[in-house]
Amino acid sequence: MEEPLDLIRLSIDERVYVKCRGDRELRGRLHAYDQHLNMILGEVEETVTSTEIDDETDEEIVRKQTRQVGMLFVRGDIVVLLGDI
Amino acid sequence: MIFLSFFKTLVGKEIAVELKNDVVMTGTLHSVDQYLNIKLLNVKVVNPDKYPQLVALQNCFVRGSVVRYIQIPPEHVDTELLQDAARKENAPAK
Repeated sequence: MEEPLDLIRLSIDERVYVKCRGDRELRGRLHAYDQHLNMILGEVEETVTSTEIDDETDEEIVRKQTRQVGMLFVRGDIVVLLGDI
Repeated sequence: MIFLSFFKTLVGKEIAVELKNDVVMTGTLHSVDQYLNIKLLNVKVVNPDKYPQLVALQNCFVRGSVVRYIQIPPEHVDTELLQDAARKENAPAK
């Protein structure tokens, strides 16, 4: 039987894209996960997107901040989707 | 239970816990339970100017559900062991 989670099993030791709550995106190597989508990622790049409104022009300014983390445990309840890259 | 076993191997190691309210604290992992609640010793808040009320903390308990990330020193992680455990734990039902 093939379940959605079986697909993620094929991504172990592959680089994956994880979209998280709070406009956060992660890219990293998937080392482990469980049924809650708790995960351990290696060589992670986290991108946090924030928008501000320019007071004068009323235009939206989109700012992306990225940082690198060597090894990261991600709690499953913030995960929105997971994809191959 | 893969992550419970994993975090038990990290007891005594220095980790950084980022909470869903953006607080980041570092400390020595003392213990962990099935909910991934954790107890940290020698806690330091990474941004003390923003959270002065947390500066006095020495030891603390963190409810698992409020954790966003836990940063782990990569040298303490056997990635091969972890991947094998994950494949076994998530083996498809027959």
